[in-house]
Amino acid sequence: MQYEAVIGLEVHAELQTNSKMFCGCPVVDATIAEPNTAVCPVCSGMPGVLPVVNQKAVEYALRVALALNCEVAHTSIFARKNYFYPDLPKGYQISQYEQPLAENGELIIDTPQGEKTVRIRRVHMEEDTGKLTHVIPEQGDPYSLVDLNRSGVSLLEIVSEPDLSTPEEVTAYASGLRDMVRTLGVNSGDMEKGVIRFEANVSIRPIGSKELGTRVEIKNLNTFRGMERAIRYEFQRQAALLDGGLPVIQETLGWDETAGVTYSQRGKEEAHDYRYFPEPDLPPLVVEKAWIDEIRAQLPELPRARMLRIQQQYNLTLEEARMLASDVDTMNFFEDCIQIDPSIPPRTVANWIIGQLFAWFNSSGESITSMKIQAQDLVELLHFLQSNRINQSTAKSVLDTMLQTGRNANTIVSEQGLEQVSDLNMIVKLINQVLEENPDQVQAYLNGKENLENWFFGQVMRLAGGKANPQLVKTTLKQALTQLQESKTEKN
Amino acid sequence: MSNLSDLSVRQALKLLQNGDISSVEVTQSYLDRIQTVEPQIKAFITLTPELAIAQAKSADQLRKNNPLEDLPALLGLPIAVKDVLALQNVRCTCGSRILENFIPPYTATTVQRLLDAGVVILGKTNTDEFAMGSSTENSAYQTTHNPWNQAHVPGGSSGGSAAAVSAGMAPIALGSDTGGSVRQPASFCGITGLKPTYGRVSRFGLIAYGSSLDSVGIFSRSAKDLAVIFEQIAGRDPKDATSMDIPVPGIHLNSNTDLTGVRIGVPKEYFITGIQTDVEKNVRTAIQHFESLGAQIVEISLPHTEYALPVYYLIATAEASANLARFDGVRYGYSAEETSLWERFKHSRGRGFGSEVKRRIMLGTYALSAGYYDAYYGQAQKVRTLIKRDFEQAFEHVDAIATPVAPTTAFKIGEHTNDPLAMYLEDIFTLPTNLAGVPGLAFPVGFDHQGLPVGMQLMGPHFKEETLLKLVHAYQLSTQWHKSMPDL
Repeated sequence: MQYEAVIGLEVHAELQTNSKMFCGCPVVDATIAEPNTAVCPVCSGMPGVLPVVNQKAVEYALRVALALNCEVAHTSIFARKNYFYPDLPKGYQISQYEQPLAENGELIIDTPQGEKTVRIRRVHMEEDTGKLTHVIPEQGDPYSLVDLNRSGVSLLEIVSEPDLSTPEEVTAYASGLRDMVRTLGVNSGDMEKGVIRFEANVSIRPIGSKELGTRVEIKNLNTFRGMERAIRYEFQRQAALLDGGLPVIQETLGWDETAGVTYSQRGKEEAHDYRYFPEPDLPPLVVEKAWIDEIRAQLPELPRARMLRIQQQYNLTLEEARMLASDVDTMNFFEDCIQIDPSIPPRTVANWIIGQLFAWFNSSGESITSMKIQAQDLVELLHFLQSNRINQSTAKSVLDTMLQTGRNANTIVSEQGLEQVSDLNMIVKLINQVLEENPDQVQAYLNGKENLENWFFGQVMRLAGGKANPQLVKTTLKQALTQLQESKTEKN
Repeated sequence: MSNLSDLSVRQALKLLQNGDISSVEVTQSYLDRIQTVEPQIKAFITLTPELAIAQAKSADQLRKNNPLEDLPALLGLPIAVKDVLALQNVRCTCGSRILENFIPPYTATTVQRLLDAGVVILGKTNTDEFAMGSSTENSAYQTTHNPWNQAHVPGGSSGGSAAAVSAGMAPIALGSDTGGSVRQPASFCGITGLKPTYGRVSRFGLIAYGSSLDSVGIFSRSAKDLAVIFEQIAGRDPKDATSMDIPVPGIHLNSNTDLTGVRIGVPKEYFITGIQTDVEKNVRTAIQHFESLGAQIVEISLPHTEYALPVYYLIATAEASANLARFDGVRYGYSAEETSLWERFKHSRGRGFGSEVKRRIMLGTYALSAGYYDAYYGQAQKVRTLIKRDFEQAFEHVDAIATPVAPTTAFKIGEHTNDPLAMYLEDIFTLPTNLAGVPGLAFPVGFDHQGLPVGMQLMGPHFKEETLLKLVHAYQLSTQWHKSMPDL
């Protein structure tokens, strides 16, 4: 049987305000800060203390909601989500349930079949939990440590409709959202630090069927690659079950990145009854239209609009623009290059990014932000190329060295003496040397073996150590050969 | 100055201001009184005599070094605080084993405002565990005795505060009122107690029971004294998002007892069968007294009154089930020595909480559970709206509503211990105010045949505490009930 996947995504993005959602504690980098140094009675769940909503967090949330074209609720309600866990100090999480901040939005993604609109069901605000570290000592009982630095940090939950059908679409949507929150300045997008986290709801159904299959929820998807792998794995697992006449069980799964498998975390029977009810400590959150208008007016250029502008402004193909728009950093890098040196044709810059840099990322596992060179460095290299001081193939190998070592083009070119020879006398000298040293080939050429011209070219370039201006070599060689032919004709 | 502890707040403040007595003297006289009567009454869970004397000394120092007009309003005045309000560095038990050694690193806004106004803190008073009860018998530490008859309860849950004021161990005490926990013990102990409008007084630092119902309240001997304290603690607090930004009027209580033009409603639903005869008789007499002062008495109806009790026990317990989830033995409080996480959770709570608290957590958890939410919690919220509307409609016609505080006077210790429902009925006349969020004031209007105080309640529109205080002040200017003190 042929199946298709039906996938929805739940995205949790921290709102990186200065202070937490309901108290004045600073938001710190949970991976660096000393445990429990950014905590107070409110975010550690002491008795008698009360939450107060961080206005800035609401503003950040509204930015995202508006950028995703959501309908913002005039009045939304905070709710308590009740469950016991040591990383949840109050025994409930303040979230939103029946009346979320915003609903009915959308995000447009690119697929091989063209644009696709992914509907967003809801965007709501909540607080993050603390972090547990489980310790298994060599001696004695295992134990767990609780770090509440992250407890109470503002979180935005963005829930899509199950509009995605392939792992690639999921990644396009996830990275699109990630770009969005970064462009809006509300989240660093740093997935390794867990500031943006993804959960996928996956079910499958026979192609053509309208009915939804039983879905599973996959948690802890920390990388796009992992997410794609997990969904692909889950698709195959479910397909095998259905093909074997077995049912898919509704459950919550974890993803084991190392083993490359999903595993059951919690079955349907063990599903929590969260006993949501309106948070009595917080009045309804009222968002006036004037505030919405103000925030909307201040939204920056959003990733998709930027992609279209880049395409038009720099006269690129849609495909080129899409490649550049694969993430915000790439677009930034591209436009930085052009700003640094507007004399380099934008398409050249684009092609070097899409061709050379992307190839490097694929082979090295690095990214536009982790790589060792900056926009300035690529511009310098392209400048060498543009002014004919090095040729295309030299430039490529110089770039490889730059990417590997982080040294700049100028250093590499001068240290290795790679600067292109465009001195006509020198080139004539090299050509003459080749012709003199290879009389047999010259004779053969004169006897009509004209394709030996390429062979001579290669010899000249070899003699020049690859540095000779190939265009100049070509034309000069042509002239020299033509002269030989003419003098032969005269002799005859 | 042997009877310093009989002074009214205003008299005490006057003497302090004139330099006739020092704060140390006043404080010491209360501490002495506590030493004498506390063994019989057991009003305090924690006494803070050293803190009190230190605060009194610095109050006296401040007074010595500054002109009168620069001094805070309550400088040197001793108070008692119910042990559900946090005071930094002093343990706060909530009457529970689970918080036996909990020392909060913060101070409740109400307490802080009084500290800023210069008060001296005598100690933390007894309460039903987590303010759940109507007798203080649910305290994990001790049962407080009614100063009028020690075989009887002082009411609850703020029974410790009520008994402390009644027995002259403090001129003022703070309490909390979720369903009547200030007004009912005030009534049982023959003193005056105010539950302000919800949102009028900050809840920050008040250890929550039912968050949408909890109010910090005040006990004193008279409306006049309450007004002095109320002015200090009322008003918006940025730390409590449910506190309202509505100006607090300076409350001027003068000697005018003419209530002409005032309309007082008497709801028929509050004079029901089962109400103790001499409670009804005394309350009716007090209503007549208001009439004799010029007030117009109007019979009114609050038709949804009968639903208040079930609605209250659904909403309060639902909120409590979440509010008390934080006591898990992980960060503070009692922690059972168990190696597995879930065993630790279970046994910390199982051993830390008393039976009434567990009963309410279970009730509330059930009311919020999947499949039951709509029928219980959801329905209760709808009916709560109807009860609120009853009051709004009534207050279109009257300035205040007069009712008994409780159907009975103080019952005997142990009388309701095995009958939670009978205990819940003690709050039947006080809970509607909490559901509606309106203010309520309880004050003594006589004694029953056993010599136990009878209290009356006046309820007012939102943020109209001033009206209630003025009416009761007029009553107290023209009667003596509030001046009666138990023989101890």
